Amino acid sequence: MGATVTTTATNQTTWGGGNEPLGASYGKLMMWYFILSDSLTFCGFLVGYGFSRYKFMESWPIADEVFNHFPFLHGVDAPMYYVALMTFILIFSSVTMVLAVDAGHQMKRNKVAFYMFLTIIGGLVFLGSQAWEWKNFIKGSYGAVETRGGAILQFVGEDGKQIALADFAVELQEDRVLHSRDNGVWFSGESSIPTYSLEEVKAGFEANPNVRIRTQFIDETKHKIILSREESAEYLKEAVYVVEGANLVRNEYGHKLFGDFFFFITGFHGFHVFTGILINTIVFFNVLLGTYDRRGSYEMVEKGGLYWHFVDLVWVFVFTFFYLV
Amino acid sequence: MAATGVEHKSNKKRIWTVFVIMSLITIVEVILGIYKPDSLHMTDILHLSLLNWIFIILTIVKAYYIMWAFMHLEGESAGLRWSVVGTLSFLCVYMIALILIEGNYIFDVFNNDFYKWIF
Repeated sequence: MGATVTTTATNQTTWGGGNEPLGASYGKLMMWYFILSDSLTFCGFLVGYGFSRYKFMESWPIADEVFNHFPFLHGVDAPMYYVALMTFILIFSSVTMVLAVDAGHQMKRNKVAFYMFLTIIGGLVFLGSQAWEWKNFIKGSYGAVETRGGAILQFVGEDGKQIALADFAVELQEDRVLHSRDNGVWFSGESSIPTYSLEEVKAGFEANPNVRIRTQFIDETKHKIILSREESAEYLKEAVYVVEGANLVRNEYGHKLFGDFFFFITGFHGFHVFTGILINTIVFFNVLLGTYDRRGSYEMVEKGGLYWHFVDLVWVFVFTFFYLV
Repeated sequence: MAATGVEHKSNKKRIWTVFVIMSLITIVEVILGIYKPDSLHMTDILHLSLLNWIFIILTIVKAYYIMWAFMHLEGESAGLRWSVVGTLSFLCVYMIALILIEGNYIFDVFNNDFYKWIF
């Protein structure tokens, strides 16, 4: 933007308009400061997560035991692969975005359109992956029981590996009916009842002498503590709920805040991805219509690109603090 | 846009180099995250395991590449760079230090002190 750079020191030109502080156009500068403030918001969320994690250091869930699914690999323990794939998708869509910006500098309309299109596709694939991730998280794969004190007790088999409730629970002939509002007071209802009742889980525990309980607590080797058979029976007496999957109130993975932060932080990031896709789509159609050609500058692609890279930047941190650390 | 009106031609090479670097970092992170070598996982420096320090440093390296190469901070004026990155790093480091120390303190109170009932 050489035409607008002012070097004269007279008051006339300094205050006369047309100046660009910091050598960046108005839109770009404001996009940078928006990104700055949005980064601080995300920093606040992640630090809030860190706070809770430090506070409950010895009982926090271990991420690669929670996120161990991969599409088409049912029952295979695949920690981290899926999120790594999601990271690649997002980094790659960042690359196509920056290629679009690069093509914009050279005023190559078709190339910009092509790379923008790829970026949008990358964003949609990422969003879909996140939906799948949420689905697995909400559905859960093992199930657990919750004690009166709010602790989550998971079950392990002979080899110390976690097993699902379905693997050992006994089917009892009982009809537990979903409690709905029209059967009681208007404010009391429930969204779903677990597949197995507490009695069925307890009966299953009695029937299978190999089943033991794994607590939330972490030992010196950074593994969850597994109780002996006798201790397990003692702990199971305290159980009040069967927990399957996750919601905002409780989750089968461990500490309640873990689920809340997961939904909150990845949800907020996902929302940013969604708005990023929206912005990119608008820019994409403007490229096709030739708006920027007529304007003589593809700076809008660059500004949209800044936002898109920011989304990628946040994901890099979410990936580290939610899945790796 | 670059500081001059002259179009930069060789940017593509830089973009792909950065992509390769970032992919390699991610692969290293994932491998370390899956195998969690005991020598790194069990050694603590400042209440954080060596493995976690590695993850955090690698993440900052990735953030550097995203901001400098993809968001093209390397082509912006020093003033703009400082006003964004300086502000961000200062406030984040400040907040992280304060709040994690507080979290650790509460952990200690919950675990070691006898007066947790008034906490």
